[in-house]
Amino acid sequence: MNKTSLIFKHEFWRTIKRVGFIILTLSLPVLALLGIGVFHIVSGITKPPAEVTRIGYVDEAGGFEQFTTQGNITLVRFDTPEAATQALIQKDIKEYFVIPPDFISTGVIKRYTMQKELVLPEATKTAITNFLSSNLLAEKVPPSVIGRIEAPLNLVTTTLTASGAVAAEQGGLTNLIIPGIFSLLLAFSLIFSSTYVLQGLGEERESRLMEILLSSVSTRQLISGKVLGIGAAGLVQVVVWVISIPLLLSLASSSIGGFLSTIQIPPHFLVLGVAYFILGYLIFAVLSAGVAAISATVQEGQGIASIFTLFAVAPFWFYSLIFAFPDSPVWVVFSIFPFSAPVLVMLRLGMLGVPAWQLIASMVVMVLSIVGGLLLVAKLLRTYLLMYGKRPGLRLIVRNLRSG
Amino acid sequence: MPAVEVSHIVKSYTDKVVVNDLSFSVNQGEIFGLIGPNGAGKTTTIRMMMDIIKPDSGEVTILGEKLSEASKNKLGYLPEERGLYRKLTTIDSIIYLAALKGVDRHSAEEKADELLTQTGMLPHKRKKIEELSRGMKQIIQFIVTIIHNPELVILDEPFSGLDPVNTELLKGMFADLRNRGKAVVLSTHQMNEVEELCDRILMIDHGRSVLYGRLAEIKSRYRSNSVLLEFEGKLEEVPGVREKRTHQGYVELVLDGNTTPGQVLERLVSTGIVINRFEVATPSLNEIFLKVAGRNHE
Repeated sequence: MNKTSLIFKHEFWRTIKRVGFIILTLSLPVLALLGIGVFHIVSGITKPPAEVTRIGYVDEAGGFEQFTTQGNITLVRFDTPEAATQALIQKDIKEYFVIPPDFISTGVIKRYTMQKELVLPEATKTAITNFLSSNLLAEKVPPSVIGRIEAPLNLVTTTLTASGAVAAEQGGLTNLIIPGIFSLLLAFSLIFSSTYVLQGLGEERESRLMEILLSSVSTRQLISGKVLGIGAAGLVQVVVWVISIPLLLSLASSSIGGFLSTIQIPPHFLVLGVAYFILGYLIFAVLSAGVAAISATVQEGQGIASIFTLFAVAPFWFYSLIFAFPDSPVWVVFSIFPFSAPVLVMLRLGMLGVPAWQLIASMVVMVLSIVGGLLLVAKLLRTYLLMYGKRPGLRLIVRNLRSG
Repeated sequence: MPAVEVSHIVKSYTDKVVVNDLSFSVNQGEIFGLIGPNGAGKTTTIRMMMDIIKPDSGEVTILGEKLSEASKNKLGYLPEERGLYRKLTTIDSIIYLAALKGVDRHSAEEKADELLTQTGMLPHKRKKIEELSRGMKQIIQFIVTIIHNPELVILDEPFSGLDPVNTELLKGMFADLRNRGKAVVLSTHQMNEVEELCDRILMIDHGRSVLYGRLAEIKSRYRSNSVLLEFEGKLEEVPGVREKRTHQGYVELVLDGNTTPGQVLERLVSTGIVINRFEVATPSLNEIFLKVAGRNHE
């Protein structure tokens, strides 16, 4: 086994055994499973019983006699508010409402209940609304029209391609969910990977292990093995997420349904997501190695590296602007800029998609940055890693790099 | 073929010359002392030998060739600034660092057991490095230095921080390496250790070579031509003795240029005094260094 592979293997195992790494990797599936579990527990406790709810009403306006069955709610007529109150006290009904004589002109309905509540339950509101509108329209329009008036719109939109065919990517807000979660996790991962590299090199430097390592391997082997090892750990992380996202989504939509069942994973997203994840991981690992090479301590290195990791989280600050102007040339530039590309491209993939040329350009720039960065960092390591306790100035670094 | 051949190496940092036109060679089967005060340029010289830093000019050949990835596996290096992975166990540290020198896991573990037993460290095999004392860590570092059976071993200040027991243990292991035909470069500022162990030395000061050669020859070159005498009785004038210096408990007799210590001993015996100690005075390496360094600084 060559020496780069040995360092790669060592770094890989060291990284995936870290508590922080394990927590971050398992956070998505575990939290999602917890969420689904908590939903079932909460909905199981608060789910209304299947039996029919009785709600009383007093019709002072007159004409509200039909349509007293609204789903699981049965509306019971009382002649006076006193009689309704008496039924409420005896728990014969859950609540009651009064339709005053001037209801047609004012629209006011007086509701009485013994339960404290923050908002009117949606089921009750719908039942009363439908009861009132159905009685008002009865005899005037056919029953089928009444149903349409109560639920007038079920809008279904289909996006077409330039040739008129149904587009593979249908867009919509639900398309944003998975890329949004993925880019957020990526930003976290990039920050963590930077920390791993800084801590790893920092430990080897502070514990004076570096010179022993350099007596066995070249700086290039050392840095390549480290960066690739940490990159492979990143791959494990993303594979766990990529496998768990569709599974969790399917579990959530079948067991919870509703909004969750409408969430879509944009086409090619998983493939591109993995590619950007790995490239992002590698580029920040290389960058952190460079920072570690010129920093006197791990703490100092983390301070410098945080400046660069800002680029990874910056797309979230401008989220509303990216959402409002997804095609702006500013985002195109930052989609090609290697430090902001991983997170920004993933966010844009969930919006209007990213043209192929931009994807290719950003990947090429990232790959070139990683290779160039590795060569540069190997040089920096050779020059500065044995200097303990002091950080060289920028001018000195440039001078040393020029002189080779 | 010498194990190390250093030819006219020069290294400067920001206009300060740290190593200045240094040349020397180290033979197989010898312990070579690289000595000098702190800041003399010893560590920089070693780092150039190890190809960790590049000389501005000059050449270094190790085992007959320029240092390459392959030849790095024939070298064992114990740097002055040294450490280990704190969270790894002793055996895992040894195996990983041995693997970087081309030793497979099985052989590394086998050899590690042998060396841990030899150094009395076997009970600490499964302990984490952070649980070991400083002296124990140094022993482990030395084991890592020699586990791959290197042809050339470079040791930079190997005794710093070691207790006398461990110091003696390491000295024995250094001698064993020499006896097995390995070349050992021992860099230190502790002259007494060098006198005890080294066959040849290079003394450097301010990056320059000030003394180079066989230790015995150097000491003989700087011999003061005097003898130390402890006796009972009355000491008369002795022919051939130019000067008599009285010290605490003994006298130093400075001989003239034509008299040997043997002749003086014969003459002293004939005077009838009881001789308890008769020793040809040789300067310590430290005294020689002070003399040479002082001369250079004048």
